[in-house]
Amino acid sequence: MSEAVQAYTVRLELVDEPGELLRALEPISENGGNLLSVLHERGNLTPRGRIPIEVDLEATPERFDAIVESLRDAGVNVVQAGAERYSEELVVILSGHLVETDLSETLTHIQGSGEVSVTDVSLSAPGGTGDVSSARLRLATESGGIDGVLDAIDDLAEEKGLRVITPLTEGEA
Amino acid sequence: MKLAVMGAGAVGASVLDLAAEYGHEVVAIADSSSAAVDSHGLNPEAVTDRKAETGTVGDHDPADALAADYDVLVEATPTTLGDAEPGYSHVVEAFERDCHVVLANKGPVAERYADVRAAEEASDGDLLFEATVAGAIPALSTVADLGPTHVTAVRGVLNGTANFVLSRMAAEGLDYEHVLAEAQDLGVAEADPSFDVEGTDAALKCVILANVLYDREYTLADASVEGIANLSGSVLELAAEDGRTVRLIGEVQDGEIRVGPRLVPENGTLAVTGTRNIVQLDTAFAGRLNISGRGAGGPETASAVLADVGRLAKR
Ligand SMILES: NC(=O)c1ccc[n+]([C@@H]2O[C@H](COP(=O)([O-])OP(=O)(O)OC[C@H]3O[C@@H](n4cnc5c(N)ncnc54)[C@H](OP(=O)(O)O)[C@@H]3O)[C@@H](O)[C@H]2O)c1
Repeated sequence: MSEAVQAYTVRLELVDEPGELLRALEPISENGGNLLSVLHERGNLTPRGRIPIEVDLEATPERFDAIVESLRDAGVNVVQAGAERYSEELVVILSGHLVETDLSETLTHIQGSGEVSVTDVSLSAPGGTGDVSSARLRLATESGGIDGVLDAIDDLAEEKGLRVITPLTEGEA
Repeated sequence: MKLAVMGAGAVGASVLDLAAEYGHEVVAIADSSSAAVDSHGLNPEAVTDRKAETGTVGDHDPADALAADYDVLVEATPTTLGDAEPGYSHVVEAFERDCHVVLANKGPVAERYADVRAAEEASDGDLLFEATVAGAIPALSTVADLGPTHVTAVRGVLNGTANFVLSRMAAEGLDYEHVLAEAQDLGVAEADPSFDVEGTDAALKCVILANVLYDREYTLADASVEGIANLSGSVLELAAEDGRTVRLIGEVQDGEIRVGPRLVPENGTLAVTGTRNIVQLDTAFAGRLNISGRGAGGPETASAVLADVGRLAKR
């Protein structure tokens, strides 16, 4: 039942610290990926002061998913995984009975709503997880994908009785 | 100009008080049960004292104020939804008498814009309503100067009560209930704050802007509205950790009206604090304009009313 090996590009953002690159590459070989090339753009920082790295690798789709997951588990910021380039980032806050309404299912649903990746989640539950809590999600989408993602989040929030606070993009200047 | 003022609350009383300052005179004023009428001009102090002592402004019937001899009717009765009464009938009656109308009351232009414009059309009188959007801020006259078709979007903080609550919650880490109670003690929020915290008031202002910007009638039913009632303090906390804050933002763009709590940069232009309002206009040829200031209050709103009266006097 082995699936065909495919080529993938993974775009990572690393903090500028010794050993970071090695730490980021380990999960690839550990999960059976075959490293093809690493493009280390030193001196070229992301807006958040990170170093962008582009990694080309080969793996089966199944293994590739495991690689991305373990990269994220290892705290590596995966900006783009696979063929799609996530070029827009946005932050939304969800608030309500997040735990009761299954936060991980909510996140999975958002990830499944299009070319979007949840790159960071911060939870605040001052009254405990049984009470109203809030989560700040950092999302990366492909260029022009923000509106579609926001619509999907709005629908999901309505369905689950959650409140969504979206960024006012036009007004930021 | 000779003014008749319908409504003797915070706004009506301030119009009465400040009219002379602007070179106009109030010849009639009405509250819900009485009216004072004097064709030589009312004495503001006498009327205000009587209102404070007896609850009435004079010995006349409210209808006598409408029937008095005036150039401009100032409508400052409570904003109501749906039929926009009693304001709407006052407007129609003034237009039937070929008088001008200046509104502080949002109802007629938010809920019955087409009807009001039709009544104006059939009259020699003109309609202005600067005070209905963001109190002292000259939002509508700026739109008129730019030309409505040159304004591509309007957004802003249009409700001081909601903004006070959000900015206090963020600054002090206090929860919604606590800050709302404090706002009520300070007189910033009304005993029933629902119009403000549910986003209705901000939405009415956006509807009025949309009516001015676009060539069709909008009402509250055309707006997508979410308020800030019971917003969890954890939302503001998470926003602050990321250099952002939450504001109740009204937006009019591409024919759509939307009001809701939104993330904005913590030190950004739209993150005004306290009861301050801000109106941001995107224009076709003049870039972006930001006008901020006091969005409510008796004298503030009366100054917008009297600015409209001044514009009518020049026509
Ligand atoms: N306050 C602000 O900062 C502000 C800003 C912008 C726009 N506005 C709008 O301006 C209007 C007035 O606001 P406000 O704060 O002055 O309200 P308010 O203090 O509640 O005063 C309303 C006044 O209208 C009178 N009234 C009610 N029904 C009437 C009727 N059928 N005929 C004549 N008078 C009647 C009331 O009479 P009684 O005294 O007998 O009750 C009261 O004097 C509202 O539509 C409001 O939305 C207010």
